[in-house]
Amino acid sequence: MNNLNNEMKLEFLSKSSNEAFARITVAAFAAQLDPTIEELADIKTAVSEAVTNAIIHGYEEKKGIVKIRCQIINEELIIEISDNGQGIENIELAKQPLYTTKPNLERSGMGFTIMESFMDEIEIESIVGMGTKVTMKKTIKNNSETEDALQFATSCD
Amino acid sequence: MESKYYNEEKLLILKLTEEIDECTVQKIRRKADYEIERYMPRKVIFDFNSVTFMDSAGIGLIIGRYRIANMLGGTVEIANVTDSIKKVLELSGLLKIIKITELEEMAG
Ligand SMILES: Nc1ncnc2c1ncn2[C@@H]1O[C@H](COP(=O)(O)OP(=O)(O)OP(=O)(O)O)[C@@H](O)[C@H]1O
Ligand SMILES: [Mg+2]
Repeated sequence: MNNLNNEMKLEFLSKSSNEAFARITVAAFAAQLDPTIEELADIKTAVSEAVTNAIIHGYEEKKGIVKIRCQIINEELIIEISDNGQGIENIELAKQPLYTTKPNLERSGMGFTIMESFMDEIEIESIVGMGTKVTMKKTIKNNSETEDALQFATSCD
Repeated sequence: MESKYYNEEKLLILKLTEEIDECTVQKIRRKADYEIERYMPRKVIFDFNSVTFMDSAGIGLIIGRYRIANMLGGTVEIANVTDSIKKVLELSGLLKIIKITELEEMAG
């Protein structure tokens, strides 16, 4: 049965060396929903985009704390990624494909587009000077044939 | 990243050996630019065979090297991408300007 509800929180310093650890941790948590390899890859990529944004746009050179909260409610995975950084002035503009405020750093402006297309839903809340919170949702249909994805899953209760 | 230059074909193969994100991309970029500027190849192939993860940092990486290689009279191609990396590349529109090529496992 997969409709067990669960939650976890993760906080770390805004260093890009924490990105791999953050996406792997979320993927390991998501594994209890029996995702396919493809779904797991989608989740990792979306998390990596939001975490990178918090680090390079939210905090820029300054150091701050990036927070992740993950919930599982029935078959849905809900991921909140937040920072207390500089915030986004115009969210609609920021979401446009290819829009970036850092072209000189070889950013391509595809982060939000990737999050939108790899997850089912994305919501962005931001206050300039206060920070940004990105909430992403993805429903993982139960597919019992994906044994490989089960390597992290535990079923001790 | 490992690199190999084939003088006769003026072909530079850059074999990426790690996950590509904001953290790892800076070092890859520096090394790739050094090799491209040194050899001025006719063709650069990024070999993704050992790459298990790539986010939008990889898009910027490839576009940036495409610009430099182009300026020096060369092209850029990509080989051995997984389905999930291909999805990221497709979404970015990169595959309209950069070809995915077949690359046999080269010696060395
Ligand atoms: N957490 C954040 N805090 C402040 N600004 C942000 C945040 N996330 C995104 N932005 C703004 O939104 C823009 C678009 O973000 P998006 O991730 O789509 O592209 P990018 O990060 O610029 O490039 P890419 O993700 O392709 O490397 C950014 O350039 C930045 O100005
Ligand atoms: Mg981004």
